[in-house]
Amino acid sequence: MPIFKERGYLRVNLDEQRDESLWMQCKSCGELVFRRRVRENNNICPSCGEYFFLTATERFESLIDDGSFEDISLPIIADDPLEFEDTKPYAKRIAEAQETTGLPGAIIIGSARINDRPVVMGVMDFRFIGGTMGAVMGEQICHGIEEAIRRRCPFVLVTSSGGARIQEGLFSLLQMVKTSAVRTRLAASRLPFVSIMTYPTTGGVQASIASLGDIILAEKGAMIGFAGRRVIRDTIAQELPSNYQTEAFALEHGLIDRIAAREALHEELATVLSYFNNSHE
Amino acid sequence: MSDERTLDLLEAKIAELRELDKLDGMDLAAEIQRLESKLEALRVERYAELSDWDRVQLARHAKRPTSLDLTPHLFTEIFELHGDRLAGDDPAMIAALAKLDQRTVVLIAHQKGRSTEENKARLFGMPRPQGYRKALRMMRMAERFRFPVISLIDTPGAYPGLESESLNIGGAIADCIETMMTLTVPSVAAVIGEGGSGGALAIAAADRVLMLDNAIYTVISPEGAAAVLWKDKGRTADAAKALCLTAPRLAELQLIDEIVPEPLGGAHKDVERTAAALREALQRHLDEQLALPDAERLEARFRRYRTVGRFHTLPDAS
Repeated sequence: MPIFKERGYLRVNLDEQRDESLWMQCKSCGELVFRRRVRENNNICPSCGEYFFLTATERFESLIDDGSFEDISLPIIADDPLEFEDTKPYAKRIAEAQETTGLPGAIIIGSARINDRPVVMGVMDFRFIGGTMGAVMGEQICHGIEEAIRRRCPFVLVTSSGGARIQEGLFSLLQMVKTSAVRTRLAASRLPFVSIMTYPTTGGVQASIASLGDIILAEKGAMIGFAGRRVIRDTIAQELPSNYQTEAFALEHGLIDRIAAREALHEELATVLSYFNNSHE
Repeated sequence: MSDERTLDLLEAKIAELRELDKLDGMDLAAEIQRLESKLEALRVERYAELSDWDRVQLARHAKRPTSLDLTPHLFTEIFELHGDRLAGDDPAMIAALAKLDQRTVVLIAHQKGRSTEENKARLFGMPRPQGYRKALRMMRMAERFRFPVISLIDTPGAYPGLESESLNIGGAIADCIETMMTLTVPSVAAVIGEGGSGGALAIAAADRVLMLDNAIYTVISPEGAAAVLWKDKGRTADAAKALCLTAPRLAELQLIDEIVPEPLGGAHKDVERTAAALREALQRHLDEQLALPDAERLEARFRRYRTVGRFHTLPDAS
């Protein structure tokens, strides 16, 4: 059943622009696979086990109780304070991302239940300019945390982001401070924050809100780290091992608490939340 | 338009003439004066209209005063401390107890090298996780003893690479930012050269943020932006302009509180004068912050960062 309620403004509903063809080719193994089987399999290739990106909608569906979702995102969209233009004007880039994803921005904030426990959850969508954090994402995350405080429930954030939104310049860098500032208020309210890192959680998002979880879970296949391979190549030209910034590397070096396969993430999240019930109820 | 080298040559020539003038009592005063006004005119011509890319180059200038070049003029006394008590001591991030006028403050600052040799040790001012954890340790000390925090920002960015990732550089930066948000003591940050991305921000999330006139502060280096967005490393000057990374532009956007003036030609032309202006500004902003009750200052800091960013609100059709 559809988990999204009708809203007056930009709706989070990807149904109308889903590719209707029955078959798709896995980019990893090259197999032609039945699209519905992929969908039913948590967007994991039934042939080789490769994970496909989840849209924000699909991520919510995979983590929360059926029918419990309510979109509580603020009705806001990106401004262009620097009138930024690279090979394309930023305003155009935003419009195109909204067109292809059907989303107003790179994150959706929802209230939901997980094993009947209320939570406020933010989910990033990598398709929207690489899930980058600009003023809209910063504001939505703060709004989500403040809603969690108001409702006295845990805050969960699923990250999938290349880092700060370059086109918003210093405004985007400062979202790292903004989200961290509000995060301290959640802590003062003694409400738990579970950060779930998925592919990829890098740059300014990893170096701020994503790393400030009381609990940090990672999805199998996540890429986790601060500086990507391009930066390393251009700055210090260091040879990197193949496990660089993998979720296993992150666990081994103490960056995260646990790794879960996509199909096990819901149970993992529900379980960890169950330990926090007497701190906020 | 003359480039900086021409101006430097002329400046050296004038210095030579002064020596000559002293030595054999030749009366060169008129000639010296003529050349000096020429130099001044050329400087004004050269530096009156700096492009954003010019400022990037000034911010990175090899002779630009580093933190340790400024500190003797900023503080009456300084006592450097070392180590993160965990994994090592990072010379790219210096920490000290210092006296600003009579008051003890905690100083946290990026430190670039002033020679190739020193840059090897200080990694061009790019801190590793050890540096951010040293900064964290100092923030906690500041909180315990109610010392205000002064930070000087001058880094191309955090040091990337395998070791940094192994020690969770992103997490260390996040911890610094979060801790700066919880300090009950005042904090004043000044970008003195390069404010490069998260590596700069980690110690810049302060109550007040100042910038030297030719400093830059940016989400990504112009080179990085050119590579990522333009896919063309030749477009760095365009990227510098688009990023709005100069002090005047950031002041217009109301993202910084004050521009501290530099001498014509850049801070390296007169380090003492630059430092004197910076000291005055640091002192004034700190005094203003100290005059506020803690609760009020914390609330103002929260509002400052909670409200940063611009977006459009859609009309709610419901």
